[in-house]
Amino acid sequence: MRSEHPTLLRVCGVGRRYAGVTALAEIDVEVRGGEVLAIVGENGAGKSTLLKILSGVVQPSEGRLEVADAKGALHAVELDGARDATRAGIALVHQELNLAENLDVAGSIFLGREPSRFGWLDRTRMRDEARQWLTRVGLSIDPSTLCGTLPIAQRQLVEIAKALSTQSRVVILDEPTSSLTARETDRLLEIMDELRRDGVAVVFVSHHLDEVLRIADSVVVLRDGRKTGELKRGAFDRALLEQLMVGRSLATAERRERRESAQVRLAVDGVVGAHRRRRAVSLQVRAGEIVGLAGLVGAGRTELLEAIAGVTRHEGRVQLDGAELVGDAFARVRRGVSVVPEDRARHGLFLEDPVAMNLSLAWIDRNSRSRLVDTRGETGLVGRLVARMQLRPAQPSRRVQTLSGGNQQKAVIGRWLAVDPSVLLLDEPTRGVDVGARAEIHAEVRRLADTGSAVLFASSELEEVLLLADRILVMHEGAIVGELLAHEATELAIMHLATGGRAVEGTHA
Amino acid sequence: MKRALGIIGIFVVILIYSAFFAENFLSGINLMQLTTRTALYSILALGATLVIVTGGIDLSIGSVVCLSGIMTPWLLIEKEWTPWQAIPTVLAIAAFIGLCHGLLITRLKLQPFLVTLCGLLLYRGIARWMTGDQSQGFAGEFDDVRAIALAKFTIPGLTDYRLPATVIPMVVLATVIGLFLSRTVWGRWLLATGRNESAARYSGVPTARLITLSYVACSLLAGFGGMLFIFDIGSAQPSDFGNFYELYAIAAAVLGGCSLRGGEASIVGVLFGVATLRVLQNTITLAGFSSQIEFAVVGAVLLIGVAADELIRRFAARRLERVGAAASH
Repeated sequence: MRSEHPTLLRVCGVGRRYAGVTALAEIDVEVRGGEVLAIVGENGAGKSTLLKILSGVVQPSEGRLEVADAKGALHAVELDGARDATRAGIALVHQELNLAENLDVAGSIFLGREPSRFGWLDRTRMRDEARQWLTRVGLSIDPSTLCGTLPIAQRQLVEIAKALSTQSRVVILDEPTSSLTARETDRLLEIMDELRRDGVAVVFVSHHLDEVLRIADSVVVLRDGRKTGELKRGAFDRALLEQLMVGRSLATAERRERRESAQVRLAVDGVVGAHRRRRAVSLQVRAGEIVGLAGLVGAGRTELLEAIAGVTRHEGRVQLDGAELVGDAFARVRRGVSVVPEDRARHGLFLEDPVAMNLSLAWIDRNSRSRLVDTRGETGLVGRLVARMQLRPAQPSRRVQTLSGGNQQKAVIGRWLAVDPSVLLLDEPTRGVDVGARAEIHAEVRRLADTGSAVLFASSELEEVLLLADRILVMHEGAIVGELLAHEATELAIMHLATGGRAVEGTHA
Repeated sequence: MKRALGIIGIFVVILIYSAFFAENFLSGINLMQLTTRTALYSILALGATLVIVTGGIDLSIGSVVCLSGIMTPWLLIEKEWTPWQAIPTVLAIAAFIGLCHGLLITRLKLQPFLVTLCGLLLYRGIARWMTGDQSQGFAGEFDDVRAIALAKFTIPGLTDYRLPATVIPMVVLATVIGLFLSRTVWGRWLLATGRNESAARYSGVPTARLITLSYVACSLLAGFGGMLFIFDIGSAQPSDFGNFYELYAIAAAVLGGCSLRGGEASIVGVLFGVATLRVLQNTITLAGFSSQIEFAVVGAVLLIGVAADELIRRFAARRLERVGAAASH
């Protein structure tokens, strides 16, 4: 019956390159009215890029888009911006909802195309029409409510109402459930189902395979920018999707010989950080051990690391060598806990300052005489670090912002290696870093662990987790849901846990 | 030092112009007055610099100058306090004002502009209310205390120029603050905080404490400066004493190479920035320009200085980019 539904949108051989890097290649997808299409894949598989192409936000470097006209005939189009997409009947509901918080619901639904009479806003008509669209998504709120006062789930529904009000026949949702509670998710899935029955095509990206299994009529699986599967309902199950998502053979680089002692260096007990789901996390890292935190974006890894580092306040206890760590990052850095943040430009580097200043910032505190900087020692230290971290170009006076991503990251890590931290926390240690620098960073982290430090790192790349970690903790929705030893872990097992699958044999959650 | 070269150049040009075209500019009495004024304004500008380095701003400097400058003779003459009571009290009040600014900015996360704008209105209001808006002065007494600002040292070989004592606090403070910023851990961290507060916090820098400290220092220096100003001039009106001094201080710091974005400072530059503004003001009076034009001239010089600095910086950045591109190929 569903096959009777017409194709509303088709992409043929679409690809996209960014500065020579292929983000997406040779993608064929058909979106039909009255169908829910799910797009799944690991972080960085190209899902967002595909959504952006479908919704006209970015233009494909190759291939073409075809959109159905009123009679159902497909025509090749070039969508240049979201406005073109709206005109073609395609609406994107962003992951970060971008409703203007200071507008009321009716105002934001009709933003940019407000009904008017004699040049004045026709507020009565706006409200009446808005109410109709809100009813359509099952939302019974007053259209004059300010958007900023709505909970996230309702804002999302307002965005969907807005999409419908533009006569969109294709509604694209980017990780729509990532900020919703279980009940809100149920409600959203119901609405997606209703839209489907009305003949709308719904496309959504999700990290939660449960949802995909519940609602999707067809699934497109992406991996490394390519389509690895396109399956109709009945032809897919969880195991198959996981396998298609992960697919690639495990890199065979040598794993480190485990050298950790029995001594627990870092003990985290019932820590509740800033994560919105606010669940308590407990874990231990022994001296000489490298523990990897795996999980999907938004699983709460960053929040956990920031809590341990003292960058954000937290509940629960963090202990270093049996003594409790209290206070802010200042106090904890002095006790030997260091963090390499995820966003190095914002939280890690002083971009306009020289490499030397970036490297010595923590060292000068430990090596000052009555608070006076030991400038001669500083010069020596910087020279040694530049050599040790193989910073290129090897010019300490150069501004850090002129360095490549990999060298910038080495500078952040070098700042901490200079003070031999007892605990090193790394959030996405090699994001945006080239292969060579990645190997060097991994080597330095291993060398630090070999001296007896405890290392805890978070990475969205399973390959990196498997390569670097001795032990892997998998996080999902703010909690640790599984523990795996690196030599027995597989990408499949991690992905299973990270997407909300229950622990199976071989894992002890 | 490299950052200060531009302002040193401007200063020399204006100085030469003044020497030739401003009557009596080179007279001993004029130069002594100029030195005193430069020294006093420098104390305010050094305080402003510490705040600007963090990426903040202090608009209340002039009002703190007024409050402390008015309070000092008021306590001594009207309330008959001894200098040993009055001077520490006034300085403590100034420091407390700075502490309040710092805590409001770091704990309550209020914007520095707003906090110190409220301070600008508040402290002048208090000064005027306390004194019944009456002019305050030393009534010919306390010359021994006023000597802190009025004393002059004879330089061997010079007959009509004697070095004003106010140069001593200027030199001491400039040296201490310069060394603080470049050679102490706290100073380095203060610069880092101004450059990227978030990254500083992640790196274990106690950013809130350092920012608070900088506001305390700024207000304390404004209070100290206000005291020296009143010692120098003898009496003042609460309604206009110290008006616009914060803008002179900020202008001098910016002319001297401080970025209002924070993270950069040149103490030598700031001193020359102050001196430039003082010489300009002096010359406008002496060379027979209408004194009403002073603000316009200061504004124009500031604009030219800042625009030139930005253009030079862009040029340098572009050249660096080209070099970088060439190196990576």
